Amino acid sequence: MTKMMYRDAVLSTIMEEMARDPDVVVLGEDVVGGMGTAGGPEAIGGIWSTSTGLYDRFGPTRVIDTPISESAIIGAAAGLALSGKRPVAELMFADFIGVCLDQLWNQIAKFRYMFGGKTRCPAVIRMAYGAGFNAAAQHSQSVHQILTGMPGLKVVMPATPADVKGLLRTAIRDDDPVIFLEHKALYATSGEVPDDPDFMIPFGHARLTRAGGDVTIVSTGLLLGMCEAAADRLAAEGIGCDVIDLRTTSPLDEEAILDSVEVTGRLIVVDEAPPRCGLAADLRALVAEKAFSSLKAPPLQVTPPHTPIPFARELESAYLPSIDKIEDAVRRVLAWR
Amino acid sequence: MQLSREALLNAYRAMKTIREFEERLHVEIQTGEIAGFTHLYCGQEAVAVGVCAHLGTQDRIVSTHRGHGHCLAKGCDVEGMMKEIWGSREGLCKGKGGSMHIADADKGMLGANGIVGAGAPIAVGAALASRADGPGPDGLNVAIAFSGDGACNQGTTFEAMNLAVVTQAPCIFVFENNHYSEHTGFSYAVGTAQDIASRAQAFGMKAWRADGTDFFAVHDTMREVLAHVRAGGGPVAVEFDTERFFGHFEGDPQRYRGPGELDRIRAERDCLKRFRAAVTAAGLLDHAEIDTLDTEVLDAIEAAVAAARAAARPTAEDVLADVYISY
Repeated sequence: MTKMMYRDAVLSTIMEEMARDPDVVVLGEDVVGGMGTAGGPEAIGGIWSTSTGLYDRFGPTRVIDTPISESAIIGAAAGLALSGKRPVAELMFADFIGVCLDQLWNQIAKFRYMFGGKTRCPAVIRMAYGAGFNAAAQHSQSVHQILTGMPGLKVVMPATPADVKGLLRTAIRDDDPVIFLEHKALYATSGEVPDDPDFMIPFGHARLTRAGGDVTIVSTGLLLGMCEAAADRLAAEGIGCDVIDLRTTSPLDEEAILDSVEVTGRLIVVDEAPPRCGLAADLRALVAEKAFSSLKAPPLQVTPPHTPIPFARELESAYLPSIDKIEDAVRRVLAWR
Repeated sequence: MQLSREALLNAYRAMKTIREFEERLHVEIQTGEIAGFTHLYCGQEAVAVGVCAHLGTQDRIVSTHRGHGHCLAKGCDVEGMMKEIWGSREGLCKGKGGSMHIADADKGMLGANGIVGAGAPIAVGAALASRADGPGPDGLNVAIAFSGDGACNQGTTFEAMNLAVVTQAPCIFVFENNHYSEHTGFSYAVGTAQDIASRAQAFGMKAWRADGTDFFAVHDTMREVLAHVRAGGGPVAVEFDTERFFGHFEGDPQRYRGPGELDRIRAERDCLKRFRAAVTAAGLLDHAEIDTLDTEVLDAIEAAVAAARAAARPTAEDVLADVYISY
């Protein structure tokens, strides 16, 4: 095991996979950085430091620094993937799917189906998502709600450096298109990461991070840590929470959720995306349909309100889920009669 | 450079196959047997064939909603396409794509596309793959983005042209100017002095213009274009002035056409008539052998339609197949 930051887990996995497989190529805005400047290539190395050194090692045909042209980036990833490469494209901020949605939604996601199963589109689209930096409404969003609903895409949301390593390697080696969502507030977090060069985590396998038995809390990404903190606080009072990290929202590990809810009878979904038509609504419908007889209380969701993401510190804090809000939801499902 | 007899016969057969494929669909669609939206390529055959005659399987193309001609010219199977348009599970895309989404990656045909302007970025990606692979004995493999005059106004096309220039990708942007983007005239919709080539030049690439109803003009232009791109000269654009014999979609009443316009373009701008006149006048082929080809093509189309009618229909279980490779 090696201790490393979430962002270094991203970079080292890409580096290892590029070294292993010459078909892996990287593209995106400023993934090299400094092109056409006095500072020269690698003056930036990617704004998230997740591509530093790739250009020096693998050169311009495998590390393609692009203009600010999101449709062209995702479209080029599609063309590379259809032509036998394994592109890892970086969309600097997940919010920018608004600029290139057609290439994700009408193109990459649908090729295999539309073309009768005869094409392969092994593209990985990495995106930095999430709030917490007072970056306001256009640079803070969680977009899994939109992308998970698109048949043909797989959607991955790692919460730890080890999961970044195992899930990104799986994503790069996977033959289907994968959306890889990296939470901005997790980039600088650290954790132990296995050294095995083939360490992979299969998609669709959730992780039980706390076992308690009274309430099931399901989450992903940054909010997972808040759920664990709430669970630890409640454990001191003798309230036991199962905390489930979904890891991937597509495919979805239904069994992990249903198995837990069948014991606890209580579900809380904690999500950073808006409340309507999203992951939280989806999972609550799932247990209502498939674990109805086990339920002891209405399934709840802890999400932001149905508003854009505000700028000011006080407003963003009020907007986001928190440990207190999660704890309150747990007390509410336990108090329900 | 003079084309061989065999090359001339192949070119004519390919153009005639597209023509009769489309003419037959125009008739069949009116019976209601074919579902969905169909956009016919009739009139533009010389472009698809004149371009694709220079390509190998490792050269890739990305097409448009008006894609039957590009598919056929790149080698997609006639019967497989007909079955696809009929919605059969034996179709080239198992009945999942239909007219607007025919692809055959093994033939270097990366897909017709229902979204106007979506193809150009994908072609740049295919060209970047060729760039990464490096040149073979004949130079670089290329990628072709077929676009109409409609797609030349999409931002995706602009982004693709710029990215291709920045990365020097071996990409060829072929603009087929048939004078109509859907139901709107080119002179209204394209702001750059009725010229797409100069717009492409503004992105920093070489651009050519040629008569897209003259197979030999297309073929000669593309020879020059491909020599440039295969040698590593970077992306280029070519604008072909051409004609669309049918409406935007089948069923389009075409109220935007001028009086006598369709008769005039059929009489004066038909690439097949022009080809026949040119090769017979030059003594390269005679009318009898071209007539023989006509009969062969019509028989092949008839057989394809019969096969499509008889082909197996998809089942409800097929709905679930091929969303993912593994899930």
